[in-house]
Amino acid sequence: MAGAIRAVPRARALRAASTALWLRPRLLLALLLLPPLLWLGVVYLGAMLALLLQSLFSIDEFTGMVDRTLTLRSYAELLRPAHVDILIRTAAMAAAVTLACAAIALPIAYYMARYATGRSKAIFYLAVMLPLWSSYLVRVYAWKLILAKEGILTWLAATLGLERALEALLSLPVVGGTALSVSYLGTFTVFVYVWLPFMILPIQAALERVPQSVIDASADLGAPPPRSFRHVILPLALPGVVAGSIFTFSLTLGDYIIPQIVGSSRLFLGQAVYIQQGTAGNIPLAAAFCVVPIAVMAVYLSAAKKLGAFDAL
Amino acid sequence: MRSEAGLRRAPRGLVAAAIAGLAFLHAPLALILLYAFSTEDASYQFPPPGLTLRWFAVAWQRQDIWDALALSLRVAALSTLIALALGSLAAAAMARTRFFGRESIALLILLPIALPGILTGISLRSAFNLANLPFSVWTIVLGHATFCIAIVYNNAVARLRRLPASWIEAAMDLGADGFQTFRYVVLPNVSTALLVGALLAFALSFDEVIVTTFTAGQQTTLPIWMLSELVRPRQRPVTNVVAIIVIAVTFAPLVVAQWLTRRSESAGSAR
Repeated sequence: MAGAIRAVPRARALRAASTALWLRPRLLLALLLLPPLLWLGVVYLGAMLALLLQSLFSIDEFTGMVDRTLTLRSYAELLRPAHVDILIRTAAMAAAVTLACAAIALPIAYYMARYATGRSKAIFYLAVMLPLWSSYLVRVYAWKLILAKEGILTWLAATLGLERALEALLSLPVVGGTALSVSYLGTFTVFVYVWLPFMILPIQAALERVPQSVIDASADLGAPPPRSFRHVILPLALPGVVAGSIFTFSLTLGDYIIPQIVGSSRLFLGQAVYIQQGTAGNIPLAAAFCVVPIAVMAVYLSAAKKLGAFDAL
Repeated sequence: MRSEAGLRRAPRGLVAAAIAGLAFLHAPLALILLYAFSTEDASYQFPPPGLTLRWFAVAWQRQDIWDALALSLRVAALSTLIALALGSLAAAAMARTRFFGRESIALLILLPIALPGILTGISLRSAFNLANLPFSVWTIVLGHATFCIAIVYNNAVARLRRLPASWIEAAMDLGADGFQTFRYVVLPNVSTALLVGALLAFALSFDEVIVTTFTAGQQTTLPIWMLSELVRPRQRPVTNVVAIIVIAVTFAPLVVAQWLTRRSESAGSAR
């Protein structure tokens, strides 16, 4: 009884608060947004801006201490041939990985969007989602098993009598090497494997929205299937491809684990950042390296926005 | 009808390409399962010379693996809780409103998963150094919660947008105040979306390694343990078993999340 009496003013206060908030939607909005914005603003943006600021510092080559006067020296250092090589190598890998992912993803996405129905669609969807969400490291590890010299790939080649083909592949200039696990070809394969689901889903979403009548119309107007594909389906799938490429490109730019585990000793951007901030202790240069993917992704994202890629996400 | 026939029968080349693509996605995972039972302990020999369950027993007795697993679970649980609170607040604010700067806020929320993780990692690490913050469980959680917010937000905002505005109005017409409407109308309708977001955030945090290497200091989460084994393999059979544990711990929340989404979607379309 006493509790009920005490509850009345409390209920009244709650109701008053509710009315006050209802009458001031801006205040409610501000109250809701404050905690997440505070977190993201302080933890994420704050840290990010501090990093960017440090790219304007420089490092004293004798003492190894960071000198806090603003200078563009780290950016000038970025333009040294060895560092430019790293940037070009990483961008080329990201582009190649994106193209390969698009080529493998298109048929899967097309089948999912246009032919799979009901149960088979659910199975396809799950089959794409599970690798996407399953452990990144475990999937990289799987390729270490596959590409190892005593591993399944060598065994398959031997069983099928394809040793020659494997040798020919490895003797290719630049991309080859003494073994797949220490060549660009290996790094490339693992990248494609790990990012592929990110490409399939947006393309599938884009194709899902192409009305069957558009494809029928193309056929009725006399276009054979390849031509319909080239002139109708592919342009309509493009926003999806661009949306997927945001992920494949950005993720390849920043990854430092895959090239470290499967690949030659030649560095990629992520590894350069890791080494500069860690063993080399040169935070300003590491920060300058970080600006590159941010700038590339900013340009990429604004171009993607123009192509309507965000509707396909 | 051409279109009907076309809808039923896919060209053989397309089917073959789609199946080959899916096989490419799944064969490596299947291989991991096989290797955990291999008797070979010094190389990645294929086919395995024999099969055994021994390595599961060996892994069971390893205290370092238990410690890493416990740390990973703790970090994932804490990050999920923080992300759940912050992500649903943001979703509640953004779902139905229009205001100046809304697009920028949406971008800010998604940025931690859109930009390469190495950027988040290195900026947090240098910020911890500048602030003289020692590494602890909380420095890891700080990084994980930041990108988990986006996952919770995405799930919650999509569900909130599908909730008819008329339901909220009806509740208020019937005399419920804002808090009661939230408690009895909004919350029951978004709870599965929040649960799915939390499960996905948990799986993401449990598996995260790129940001963690920068924010962990000397602590070892399960992915960090695996990474050190990947770089310098010393105990291959135990690593194979740990890979299976990682798959199991991440798959369980995913499958539940998938099932919940499908169920709530079919319930939604039945309405």
